[in-house]
Amino acid sequence: MTATATPRVREVTEVPPGRRRFADRDGALAWLFLMPSVVYILALVGVPFVLAVGFALSDVTAGDPSYDFVGLRNFERIFDDPVFWQSLGNTFLFTSISMLLIVVFGKILANILVVDFRGKWVVRFLVLLPWTTPVTLGAVAWLWLLDSIFSPIDWLLRQLGLLGSPDALLGPDSNMYWLGEPSLAMGSVIAVHVWRVTPLAAVIVMAGLVAIPRDLDEAARVDGAGWWRRMFEVTIPMTLPVIAVAALFGAIFTFTDMAVVDVLTNGGPNNATQVLTSWAFFRGIDGGDVGQGAAVALFLFPLLLAAAIAILRAVRKMEVH
Amino acid sequence: MAVVEVRRLVKEYDGGKVRAVDEVDLATEEGEYLVLLGPSGCGKTTLLRTIAGLEQPTAGEVLIDGHAVTGLPPRARKIAMVFQSYALYPHKTVLANIVFPLRAAGMPRPDRERKARWAAELLGIGHLLARKPRQLSGGERQRVALARALVREPHVFLLDEPLSNLDAKLRASARDELKRFQQEVSTTTIYVTHDQVEAMGLGDRIAVLSNGKVHQIGKPAEVYDDPADTFVATFIGSPPMNLVARDAHLVGFRPEHLLPAEALPAGVELETVPLAVERIEYLSGDRHVYGTAGGIGAATRVVARLPATVATPISAGQTYDFAVARDRLRFFATDTGRRVEAVRL
Repeated sequence: MTATATPRVREVTEVPPGRRRFADRDGALAWLFLMPSVVYILALVGVPFVLAVGFALSDVTAGDPSYDFVGLRNFERIFDDPVFWQSLGNTFLFTSISMLLIVVFGKILANILVVDFRGKWVVRFLVLLPWTTPVTLGAVAWLWLLDSIFSPIDWLLRQLGLLGSPDALLGPDSNMYWLGEPSLAMGSVIAVHVWRVTPLAAVIVMAGLVAIPRDLDEAARVDGAGWWRRMFEVTIPMTLPVIAVAALFGAIFTFTDMAVVDVLTNGGPNNATQVLTSWAFFRGIDGGDVGQGAAVALFLFPLLLAAAIAILRAVRKMEVH
Repeated sequence: MAVVEVRRLVKEYDGGKVRAVDEVDLATEEGEYLVLLGPSGCGKTTLLRTIAGLEQPTAGEVLIDGHAVTGLPPRARKIAMVFQSYALYPHKTVLANIVFPLRAAGMPRPDRERKARWAAELLGIGHLLARKPRQLSGGERQRVALARALVREPHVFLLDEPLSNLDAKLRASARDELKRFQQEVSTTTIYVTHDQVEAMGLGDRIAVLSNGKVHQIGKPAEVYDDPADTFVATFIGSPPMNLVARDAHLVGFRPEHLLPAEALPAGVELETVPLAVERIEYLSGDRHVYGTAGGIGAATRVVARLPATVATPISAGQTYDFAVARDRLRFFATDTGRRVEAVRL
């Protein structure tokens, strides 16, 4: 076409309506695809949450389901209960130690998972096994491992001469009573929980490790950095955002989980392993005092919300790209 | 200052199925700027990484300053490398990036700060020390990577396509700076690129690689004017060397040597080439004339590059008398592609 050609105005024609399919309408599609999860969250999270708030302010019990508003009386009563404060302390102890161990072990396992070696698929499978096993099944297996009489761990310790003889390191008794001694019981609950959640953390951290450009590690090697320096100055800072996400998941799973406690110790001995979730369950469901149970459970909510916001903010600040 | 040498170096992958580096013998000279040039996948980067110690050779030896370093880790080789991506530590400031190798070497803090500032000033990035890499432009990042390589006072610089992430305009000035920088520090440098313009402009010598083998090592002018085989002849030069089949040989001549007969000086022995012109391109003052050449051998499509100083009118669809000076003709064996002695035409 030359510059002198006269421009021809073309008439704008509408695309026939049949050509625009439903699949072209992004807005409607977005709603359609979001709906299932919105319904799911509303039905299984939103409604119970509103119910819990309602119950926490009422005197509903299993025996008398009629609703009477009682204000904050349930909260006053649980604050007066020493078991509540013990559970709260246990929850923090349980969560903080578990989270620390989950992150450390998750990081170590992730480093093993990214290395290329023969049979890595077997190792990956074994690492993921605890996470894929149903909680109760895993916990029941641990129940036997930690049994007061038949514990294979105790048997191993006895065979090694660490237990059961007068001069043994761990004492003259024939058994450790893993779930019977208050401090051992807490240790056992933490250990089983860490065993369970670590694979998730490992996979999250592994995703972060894989995302680090290989050049960076090689540049550090050429720059003369040894393994530890590369780990602490390149790899860990680069994966901090995902480590924080792993920690957040670890914390929330620990904070809100009662399955391990419930199966292993039932909160005992003498409430030594009672955490807020298990205490809420015993109060509200086993004990039938729905109002108090809901109040204990709700006590967690602002704490978790604050923790989640704090960690997610930190992640956003740390993000390198 | 050091001499880097590789002897019969082989690097295989997948248990010998892929030979990335195939018995390469190569030696730099003191303070030399050696460019490894080749198409992608020719093994040049693998060769560089093997010299760096990031890859272990399947066979052969790497020597730096006469010492075999084949089994040594990268940090023990007194080398510094600049990666294609620059590989700056994104969570560290520019200063922390530059001092990183010095900290790894255990240098005391005041010394390493002084050293880092010296390197930063040399490269003109002294005002950027507090920034993070993501706040820098491509050219600035490249200089930070160079500064990080420089502070260790390595015996050898290894550069892996350091200009390929820059835009075309910046690349030309960065190339110039890189050359001046190397002359200033006069450290032996091995530079990998697939860009022949970079290679010709930067290299004291160029090693042309293809399929893991070195085809030719020589000064830019040698590699260009006297290619060792048809691969080098056609890989280097844009447009590449024309190759015309004649008996058991290929006759080669550069496009700029194929000129209208009257444009060539008198008294030079000429080989006349009738050229049936098909198409003409006008590129930065030169005319690239595409056509079919007869006379010299089998009729072949060739390119002639006429400089602006040649004013002969030429139009498509006509046949003209072109010619090449005899001493500009190069001969290659058709079967091996290797350069052979001049043949009487």
